[in-house]
Amino acid sequence: MPRPELQAPPEIFYNDTEARKYTTSSRIVEIQARISERALELLNLPDDGVPRLLLDIGCGSGLSGEAMTENGHHWIGYDISQSMLNVAVEREVDGDLLLADMGQGLGLRPGVIDGAISISAVQWLCYADKSSHEPRMRLKAFFGSLYRCLARGARAVLQLYAENMDQSTMILTCAMRAGFGGGVVVDWPHSSKAKKAYIVLTCGPPSAQAWLPKGKGEDGEMCTDSDEDSDDENETVGMYDRSRPRKKMKVNKKGRGRAWVLKKKEQMRKKGNVVPPDTKYTARKRKARF
Amino acid sequence: MRLLTHNMLSSNVKGVVNGFPLRLEASSWVEKEVEFNADFLRSMFPKIDWPALAGAAQKIGYAALPDTADATMLESEDFLKKFHHALLEIHVEEGALVCPESGRRFPINKGIPNMLLNEDEV
Repeated sequence: MPRPELQAPPEIFYNDTEARKYTTSSRIVEIQARISERALELLNLPDDGVPRLLLDIGCGSGLSGEAMTENGHHWIGYDISQSMLNVAVEREVDGDLLLADMGQGLGLRPGVIDGAISISAVQWLCYADKSSHEPRMRLKAFFGSLYRCLARGARAVLQLYAENMDQSTMILTCAMRAGFGGGVVVDWPHSSKAKKAYIVLTCGPPSAQAWLPKGKGEDGEMCTDSDEDSDDENETVGMYDRSRPRKKMKVNKKGRGRAWVLKKKEQMRKKGNVVPPDTKYTARKRKARF
Repeated sequence: MRLLTHNMLSSNVKGVVNGFPLRLEASSWVEKEVEFNADFLRSMFPKIDWPALAGAAQKIGYAALPDTADATMLESEDFLKKFHHALLEIHVEEGALVCPESGRRFPINKGIPNMLLNEDEV
């Protein structure tokens, strides 16, 4: 299954059927809830019980917003897919929703937002879906407007699935150019399945407070079964698919081997087909001069 | 969309210098009760553009807000209640936001403003 980013632009990929999966699949709901809970933790908001105004960029059907609502915060959600927002409206999420393209900038007043999270969304900016799209310019517009709208010292936590190193470097470079400080926090770095990368960005000049939190499981601690079990490799929400790739047949230099040919012939015989008898010549290669 | 969000949004159209505040044209709105939290209101107050909030509330027919406000008024429970109602409990369902400079209309459908720009507006 190729990455959803390679199949279609987000506003087309997340159509009604794809959006419907978000209300029906309990697995997606659980994974999204866990990631957004962790992102909220990384935001490191002051623990004084005062609700904050947060952003959810790529909010989709509002699954990640639910974590913020549970913690009492108010939020504004951005998404480019009308179908996903329709699902969010159906689910009666508490935040405000905006149909907008983050690559065009967020369009908010400066310094008003206390924090931003984004779950599996920013990597979409790395793909040019229209002739007018220039990934670097779109990333610049996004990070520039994000930097402007955040209050001093506020944080942005972006969880993303980068396709390769180049992509994550490009995203991080663009963030640094916009003025952000920070870096990448990787949870469960030793596990291929449960591994999650979060870009933690701090707005404002570097200070003693701008420390990076440690990723879970960095010091050799192993993730629990529940973390490992429920997280498949293709757990990006869009990558969700029931059909698995076919098992590859074992092929070595000599072909599939005599045992395989004999097995196939036996199967054909059982079906009642006329099959030549097995001899010493069965599954032998022809001579080159033939 | 609540007036809280309206108060934060500004027009993003290319070439617009001051896209705030967006003119609100509401044809339908609903009121939903939200839990009152004085701390949130006090922390939000300095970030709110008061004339924009009062103006938007008036458009929707909620005229209880004073034209100007300062931090001393936050002591009054009555003022906080009104502030809370205007900021968080009024949801604009249908209508449009209009950029004050370019006149570009952003339609609001089912409570979701459509802020998507055309290619030539980026």
